Amino acid sequence: MSETRLQGRSASPGLAAGPVVLLAAPRAAARPALDPDAAAGALRRAMSRAAGEIAALVATSEPAAADMLGFQLALLEDDALAEGAFHAISLGVPAELAWQQALDAEIAGYEAAEDEYFRARAADLMDVRDRVLDALAGGDSGAGSGAAASGIVAAHDLPPSRFLGMDWSAGGAILLAGGSPTSHVAMLARSRGIPMIVGLGVAPEALLGEVLVDATAGAVVIDPSPETRRAFERQRELDGRRAATEAAGALEPAVTRDGTPVAVLLNVADPAELDGLDPALCDGIGLVRTEFLFHDAGALPGEEAQRAVYARILAWACRDGRARPVTIRTLDAGGDKPIAGLTVEGESNPFLGVRGIRLSLAREEVFRVQLRALLRAAAGPGGTGLKVMLPMVTVPAEVARTRALLAQELAALAAAGLPAALPALGIMIEVPAAAIAIDLFEADFYSVGSNDLTQYVTAAGRDIGALADLADPLNPAVLRLVERVAQDGAARGREVSLCGDAGGDPAALPALLRTGLRALSMAPGLVPAAKAALRAVDLAGGRGR
Amino acid sequence: MNATSHPTGGSAAGPSGADAGEAGARGSALLTNAVGLHARPSVKLTQLAKSFAAAIEVGLGAEGPWVDAKSPVKIMRVKAGKGTVLHFRAEGPDAAAAVAALVALVERRFDEEESGHGDAP
Repeated sequence: MSETRLQGRSASPGLAAGPVVLLAAPRAAARPALDPDAAAGALRRAMSRAAGEIAALVATSEPAAADMLGFQLALLEDDALAEGAFHAISLGVPAELAWQQALDAEIAGYEAAEDEYFRARAADLMDVRDRVLDALAGGDSGAGSGAAASGIVAAHDLPPSRFLGMDWSAGGAILLAGGSPTSHVAMLARSRGIPMIVGLGVAPEALLGEVLVDATAGAVVIDPSPETRRAFERQRELDGRRAATEAAGALEPAVTRDGTPVAVLLNVADPAELDGLDPALCDGIGLVRTEFLFHDAGALPGEEAQRAVYARILAWACRDGRARPVTIRTLDAGGDKPIAGLTVEGESNPFLGVRGIRLSLAREEVFRVQLRALLRAAAGPGGTGLKVMLPMVTVPAEVARTRALLAQELAALAAAGLPAALPALGIMIEVPAAAIAIDLFEADFYSVGSNDLTQYVTAAGRDIGALADLADPLNPAVLRLVERVAQDGAARGREVSLCGDAGGDPAALPALLRTGLRALSMAPGLVPAAKAALRAVDLAGGRGR
Repeated sequence: MNATSHPTGGSAAGPSGADAGEAGARGSALLTNAVGLHARPSVKLTQLAKSFAAAIEVGLGAEGPWVDAKSPVKIMRVKAGKGTVLHFRAEGPDAAAAVAALVALVERRFDEEESGHGDAP
C-alpha cells in the first residue's frame, strides 16, 4: 500500500506515530415522547445535571480549562440558550429533538462568523449540546466518564470537555477534519504538549491506519513507507534530544560557548506566574509589571496591599537565604494600557501621550502610595534585592523628581516608625531621547524596553500588523542605541539588561549579546530555549580574542 | 435620557463618560482587545452587568438593536469584534453606575491580554 500525505494547519506542535482511534460521537437514546410539560421538565433536569457536571470539572481543572468551562456554564445557565427549545417543546416536539435543533441553530450562527475566534467557539456549544443530550438519555456524559482512550484521536471537531476527560499521560495526538488553532481545545493541547492538527478536510474515517503526525508542519502521513518512517524516527529522536537538553539545562546558569556568563531574568506580569516555578530557573527577576495591581474593582490599590505583593515576590526570589535582584517597575499605565480613572482619556496618540513616569508624576498622590509600598518592601525579607525601575523616562529631571519623592516618603515613614529602606533606582530605556543622551542620566541601572524603543526608533506602531516587518528590534539603528547604552553602563559601572520580547527570542540573542548586553529578561516559558540558544553563541569567533 | 456626546466612544468615555439621567444612563466604549467580545470577555461583561439591579442593554450602534447585557448567549450572538464601538443603556436605580462600570471594563480590555503586543515593555 502506498503512503498518503495530508496537509492541515498546526494547532499544537510536536510529533507522534501510531494507530488512529476514531472519536465516537455521543448520541441520545431514543425515548418515548412525553407530554410537553414532562418533556420540559426532563430538559430542565438534564440541563441542571449538565451544569452540575461542568461545575465539578471546573473545580478540578487548570485555570485555562476552568475559564473555558466557565464560559460553557455561563451559556447553560442563561435562559436565552434554551428559549427556542422550550418553545418547540410546548408545540409538541420531543425534548431531545427540540434541544438538538435549538443548539444546532446556535452552533450554525457561530460557524457562520467571519471571525475565527467566534467560529472556534462552536466546539464549546457542541460540548454543551452533547452533554445535555447525554443527560437526557440518562447516561453518563462521554465527557465525564473517562471513556475515551488517548492515542492519536481523529474527529471532525473535539469538544474541550472531551479532551479533558481523556487520559493523555501516555502522549497522543489530535487530528481534526475541522477545528481551529484558536479553539479552546487547541490552547489546552498546547499547554499539555499534545500535538494537534486542524483543518485536514477529510472524514476522520479516512485517517484510519498507522499514521505519522508532524503537527509542527501540520502534516499527516497514512501508512508510511519504511523510508518515510525511518526519516520520521530520526527527526523525532533529534527533537526529543533537543527538548531534553533544553529542559535539563534550564536550571543551570547560561554561559556562552566562549565562557561569557549571561544573566537570565524573568518578566512577571502577575505574581501567580511564579507559583510552581523553581527559582533556579533564573538569576533574578528583571521586570515585575505592576499594572495588574490596578485592574481590580475599579479602586486603586492601597499601600499595604502593594507592599504585601512586593514582599511575596522578593521572598520568592531569595535562594539559599540570599536575596537576588527583583526589578519592580512603577506603574506603566497609558499608551495601550489604559486604567479607568487614572489614565488620560481621548489622547489622539496614546503612545506619545501621558504614560509611564509622565502619568505617575502628573498623579503624584497615586505615585507616592506606590513609592511608600516599595520603600517598605525594601526593608523586608529579600528587600536588599529590590530595584525600582521607572518606565518611559525621557529627561533626567524625571529621575531627579522621583528621587526627591523617595527621600520625602522615606523620611515620612521613618517619622511614623515604619521600617523602610531606599532601593536602587533605575530607568527603562525605551524613549530614543534617553538612549541617545544616556550619559546625562543619573540612574543606578538601565533596562532596555526593546518593544517600545523599536517602535519609537522605527516610527512603526507595534499594534499595526502591516508594519510588523518594520518594527524590527534588530534594526541596526535600534542595535546601535542598545550598544550605546551598554557601553555607558560598562563605563560607569551600571548594570544594563533588556526586557522586551527580543530578550527571549533565540534568533535575536546573538545580535543582542554583540551589543554588549549580558543580562536578559524574558517570560518564564521562554527560558529553556533561550538558555540553549545562549550556550550556542560564540562571542570570541570573528571578533578577535 | 441623554445621548452620549462621544459617538466614536472609546477613549472619551470613562466613568465620567457615562451620562446619567434621572434613572437612565448611556455610555459607549471602543473594543480594543484583540479577540473582540468573545467567550471570556462576554462572561465577564455579563457577570458585571448582573451585579447591578438596573436593566442594561448593549448595542452595536447608538440606535441599537439592543440585547440584554446580562445574557451571555445573546451577547455572543452579536459577534462584536475588535474595533467595534459598544453602546450601553441602562434603566433603574443604579443605571449610571452600571454603565460606568461596563464602559470601564471594556476600556480595561476586560483585564486580559498580559501577553501579545499589548503589554510588553
